Amino acid sequence: MTTTLPQAATKEALLDVHHIKKYFPIKGGIFRRTIGHLKAVDDVSFSVYKGETLGIVGESGSGKSTLGRVILKLMDPTEGEIYFNGNEISKLKQREVRPYRRDMQMVFQDPFGSLNSKMSVAELIEEPLVVQTSLSKQERKHKAIEIMEKVGLRADDRMKYPHEFSGGQRQRISIARALIIHPQFVICDEPVSALDVSIQAQVLNLMKDLQDDLSLTYLFIAHDLSVVKHISDRIAVMYLGRIVEIAPKKALYDNALHPYTQGLLASIPVIETEETGTKREKVRITGDLPSPVSPPSGCPFRTRCPMAHERCSVDRPELTMVGDDEHYVACHLYT
Amino acid sequence: MNQVPLLSVHDLKTYFYLEQNRIAKAVDGVSFTVSPGETVAIVGESGSGKSITALSIMKLIEKPGKIVEGSIHLEEKVISSLSSKQMTKLRGNEIAMVFQEPMTALNPVYTVGNQITEMIRKHRKLDKKQAQIEAINLLKIVGISRAEDVVNDYPHQLSGGMRQRVMIAMAISCNPKLLIADEPTTALDVTIQAQILDLMVEMKERYHMALLLITHDLGIVSEYADRVVVMYGGQVVEEAPTKQLLRTTKHPYTKGLLESLPNLKEDVDRLGTIKGTVPPAYALPNGCRFYDRCPLAMEKCKEANPELYQVNTSHTVRCYLHEKEEIE
Repeated sequence: MTTTLPQAATKEALLDVHHIKKYFPIKGGIFRRTIGHLKAVDDVSFSVYKGETLGIVGESGSGKSTLGRVILKLMDPTEGEIYFNGNEISKLKQREVRPYRRDMQMVFQDPFGSLNSKMSVAELIEEPLVVQTSLSKQERKHKAIEIMEKVGLRADDRMKYPHEFSGGQRQRISIARALIIHPQFVICDEPVSALDVSIQAQVLNLMKDLQDDLSLTYLFIAHDLSVVKHISDRIAVMYLGRIVEIAPKKALYDNALHPYTQGLLASIPVIETEETGTKREKVRITGDLPSPVSPPSGCPFRTRCPMAHERCSVDRPELTMVGDDEHYVACHLYT
Repeated sequence: MNQVPLLSVHDLKTYFYLEQNRIAKAVDGVSFTVSPGETVAIVGESGSGKSITALSIMKLIEKPGKIVEGSIHLEEKVISSLSSKQMTKLRGNEIAMVFQEPMTALNPVYTVGNQITEMIRKHRKLDKKQAQIEAINLLKIVGISRAEDVVNDYPHQLSGGMRQRVMIAMAISCNPKLLIADEPTTALDVTIQAQILDLMVEMKERYHMALLLITHDLGIVSEYADRVVVMYGGQVVEEAPTKQLLRTTKHPYTKGLLESLPNLKEDVDRLGTIKGTVPPAYALPNGCRFYDRCPLAMEKCKEANPELYQVNTSHTVRCYLHEKEEIE
C-alpha cells in the first residue's frame, strides 16, 4: 500500500513530518527490562504550510501533545524525519537544534506550570533573548515592552510576578515569551483549555491578530473541536497515535468521513435555540479508548466503530486522499 | 410549573472569612427552585459561586466558610436547620451528589464494591451478600458491562468515564429525589462526556429524580437543561427556561458569554469578548457586579446593584436595562 502524504504542490511547506513514531519503553520485572512499548505517536506524516494554522485535535491519549514535543525536539522521535524549512532536524543533537529554536516556539496549556514563579515578568519575557541573542540589557528591555504591549499586557507590570496575574494574563505572558524572538512557527498545546470562555475568546482573538501581524504559522493542538475549528485552516484528527483524517476545516465539519470524526462531532453539545421539542438522535461513540500499550490490530478505532467489518481487524488503513480538496482519511470504507 | 418545588433555595448567603478580616461573599443572596423531575442548570464561570451554592445545599461548607443566611427546603423539610447527624442521613438518601473529579471522591484503598455496599448498607437494611448483589446490579444499570469484575477493582484501575459511572451508581443506590452534579464531565473527553450525560438523563428518568446540573458549558445547558440559572459574582443575574434564555437573552453578561463561544455551525472571524476578569469575591463592586465589564453600563449601575426584575412569568434578569419591562 502506498502512503500518500498530505501535500500540495502549490503551497510551500514550512514543516514536513514524515512517518514519525514515538514509542516509550515500558520497563518491568526485577531487571527493569523493556517488556513493551507505549506507542504514543505511531507513524504520522503531514505538512504545515507557511502562514496557515493546522489544528490537531484528539482526546487524551491520542498522542497529540507528544507529537508537538517531538516536533520541537523536546523529545527525540523513535523513527521518522522532521523537515523545517527544508532542513532535516530530527537527527540533530540538542546543541545543533538551538538555532532552529529561534524559529520554533511553544505555548503550553498551563500558565502556572510553565512560568517560573521566582522570575518577574520582565525576566520571563526577556529570557529567550538572553539565550538566543547578544542584545544589550537596554535593547532587551525595549523589546520586552514592545511585545508586552502587543499581547495586551501593561508595560508597568514588568516587575510583577506570575502569581499576581489572572490565568488569561499569564497566558499572554507565555505568548509574549514565545514571540519575543520573532519565530516563524509556534506550537500551541492546549493554550486556552484552562481558561474560562470569556477569557478564552480574548486569547483566541489575540492569537489570530498576532498571526496576521507577524505572519506566524501555527500548529494548534487541542481537544476542543469548536476552538480548533475557530482558529484553524486545516484540521488533523488523531486517534491512538495516528492521524485518522486530515482536511480543510470546512470539508472536515461539513463532510466528516471517518466514523471517529463523525462521532466526535456528534458528541459536542451545541447551543440550539430552536424549539424543536424532539431531541435529535445522535450517534454516540461507545466504550473507552483502548490502551496505547496494546492497541487493536488493524484500524485503531475498530473496537469502538459502528461500521467496523472484518478487514478492519487485519489491514491497517492508510491515509488516502478522497475526492479532491486535500481531504485525507484512513478508513477502509473509502478504499 | 405550578407544582410544589422539590428544592427551594431562598436568599442563600455563604461567606468565607479570610485573613485580614476580608470576607469573600461566594454566594450572596441566591434564590431558585427545582421542581420534581426537572433539570435545572446553574451556569457560570469560575468564581461565580455555582459550586459553593451546590455545596451549601449539601451542607458541605467547611471553615472558614459559613452559611450566614437563607433557607433551603427539600419538599417540606428545612435542610438549613438540620443537625449534622440528620443531614448525614439525608445526604445519599434524598439528595445525592456527583463531583467533577471522581478520583478524589472515591477512596483509593477500597474496592468499588466496598464503597458501594457501604453506601447501600448505611441507608438500606440489607446484609453484606444482598448488598454485594445490589452493587453488581447497580453497576450493570449504569452501563458497566463487566460488573462482576469491576466490583472488585480499585478506583485507579478504572478509566475516568468508568469512575464517573461508579459515582453515578453510588448516587442512585438509595433512590434520591434530587441529584446534584457539579461539573460531572469537565475532566472527561468529549466522547465520554456525551456517554455520561446521556446516562445521567437515563437515570433521572428511570428513578424519577430531579437534576441540578452545575456547569460552565452552555452547550451542555442547551442540550440537557429545562431551565437555566446564570450566576455571576455570587448572585443570580438571569433565570429562564433554557430555550427562552438562549433565544431572548437579556443580561449583557449572558449575551457576552454566548458570543464568546466558538461556534461549530457558523464561522466568525473574531469572537465576542467580555473585557476584564471576574472580580474576586472579597472585593465586589458596590453597584452592579458586572459594571466594570459591561459594554452597556450606565451611571446608575455604578451606584447600586439592580434587583432581579421579573420580565415575564418565567424570566428574571438583574439589569437596569430591563427594569421597565417588569411585570406585576
